[in-house]
Amino acid sequence: MMHNLSLGELADRLAGRQISSVELTRHFLARIERLNPSLNAVITVTAAQALDGAAAADRRLAAGERGRLLGIPLIHKDIFCTDGVRTSCGSRMLDNFTAPYDATVVARLKAAGAVMLGKANMDEFAMGSSNETSYYGPVKNPWDTTKVPGGSSGGSAAALAARLAPICTGTDTGGSIRQPAALTGITGVKPTYGRVSRYGMIAFASSLDQAGVFARTAADAAAVLQIMAGFDPNDSTSVDTPVPDYPALLDAPLKGLKIGLLREFFDGLEERNAALIHDALKIYLSLGADTVEVSLPHLPLSVPTYYVVAPAECSSNLSRFDGVRFGHRCAQPRDLEELYKRSRGEGFGAEVKRRIMTGTYVLSAGYFDAYYLKAQKVRRLITDDFRAAFQKVDLLVGPTTPTPAFAIGAKVNDPVTMYLNDIYTIGANLAGLPGLSIPCGFVDGLPMGLQLIGPHFSEARLLGAAHQLQRATAWHAQAPGGYE
Amino acid sequence: MSLTRQDVEKIAHLARLSITEQEMPVYVTSLSSIVDFVAELSRVETGGVEPMAHPLDGQRQRLRPDVVSETDHHEKYQRNAPSVQAGLYVVPRVIE
Repeated sequence: MMHNLSLGELADRLAGRQISSVELTRHFLARIERLNPSLNAVITVTAAQALDGAAAADRRLAAGERGRLLGIPLIHKDIFCTDGVRTSCGSRMLDNFTAPYDATVVARLKAAGAVMLGKANMDEFAMGSSNETSYYGPVKNPWDTTKVPGGSSGGSAAALAARLAPICTGTDTGGSIRQPAALTGITGVKPTYGRVSRYGMIAFASSLDQAGVFARTAADAAAVLQIMAGFDPNDSTSVDTPVPDYPALLDAPLKGLKIGLLREFFDGLEERNAALIHDALKIYLSLGADTVEVSLPHLPLSVPTYYVVAPAECSSNLSRFDGVRFGHRCAQPRDLEELYKRSRGEGFGAEVKRRIMTGTYVLSAGYFDAYYLKAQKVRRLITDDFRAAFQKVDLLVGPTTPTPAFAIGAKVNDPVTMYLNDIYTIGANLAGLPGLSIPCGFVDGLPMGLQLIGPHFSEARLLGAAHQLQRATAWHAQAPGGYE
Repeated sequence: MSLTRQDVEKIAHLARLSITEQEMPVYVTSLSSIVDFVAELSRVETGGVEPMAHPLDGQRQRLRPDVVSETDHHEKYQRNAPSVQAGLYVVPRVIE
């Protein structure tokens, strides 16, 4: 079936005119129509534009043009601005917002000939680890629809796992690509901070946010990242360094690769989870890699550090939603202050308000030094720990999440317990490092993820290590029942 | 509770958020638990450590040539505004 082919296989068939992009697009639109209602992964379907885009891709193919993504359908997380299409960020605040321009990620993929099928559900303003904070309702995990898919890019992950598209975009501020990738049994890549443009990506925490990709394999993800990555003058933190040819580097030998095992990741790790990681490590050893135990003593502080830094930045970023220029406005405000307060009080959901208030508190007079400045100092200690570790090893391997997908509703009333889901992923965001998650087995019938973290701009090495594990294993080829 | 109802009311005012009567006790509890949770940071020795605001050290803000780079899109942008008249955003009267 077309929805189980790799991007390379699809590109070959499109180039050979065995299938057209219009046929491929219709195939995925039909799957969305049939399978999405029970998942709630896609909240906007852009069928007419998709078919126009596919027809345009078919004309380019007929003219002899070739490209890894030319004519390939995809779904964007609804955090990326899409010209002329509602861009809600999962919030009532932006339920009525039609983006007036394309995010750079969207524009680059469109220029490469990728065809947008629609927009994916997400935690409101990307604040959540279970996709339960969305104004549009929770997303269901295709492996078990009573379970969460993870978050915040839960709609993208569930859509990809259910084979509703061969590519989905996502964003990762504290684990929002890697954690849902793990919980839905797919590959999710969070690049180095600054590697992919943030222009047109609705901001949550600007020193942590980074765009990335979900795919079924590391090889597919490499092809997509190749297009997404690169310098953008419209993003002041975009980094102007050349983008390596990720697909060409996938098979670089792993012989002599030094893999770091983080003591802090394995301390207290559930036995079945640890066993899956060790199975993967055996394969790496057989491919010629070595393992070295390393310690990052400040890493256990990453969750509290994050829950000061990220809310502080969110409190500042979300001040733009004032009910004046765009977004929700309350009815009949008495004065300007009431317009602000009620528009924001009504437009934002509970978790977003909680984070804005946390951020406002840690930035307020009398608390700034004790919380915000302190967290920025601890952030440096954590980053320095990573730097020291990468003097000794080439990459770090560990779990992506402490547990498999949990039940919808299980953690909604306890924010701190919910925040601890991101215990293994947040460190990479604080230090700006690239990381990815690939499937490594099952616990209680639910997929688990293996996480790889590397030094800045080591995406090629991470993707290569993930690809070579996927050549030796078949976890990534498993589809949830009913979605094969 | 590390935060009182008065603390949360003040924070909500600073953040320009209206919080309903029903929501208020939930925020007093959950914000207190978050503040307690992050208080762990106070025990970390950070003498002489520079605060880190950005993950890529040494990156400088770029300057661009001082030339016009934006064209006028106000009509398109204002289509998203709740209330516009004559190209201006309309809000409740501020000055009597």
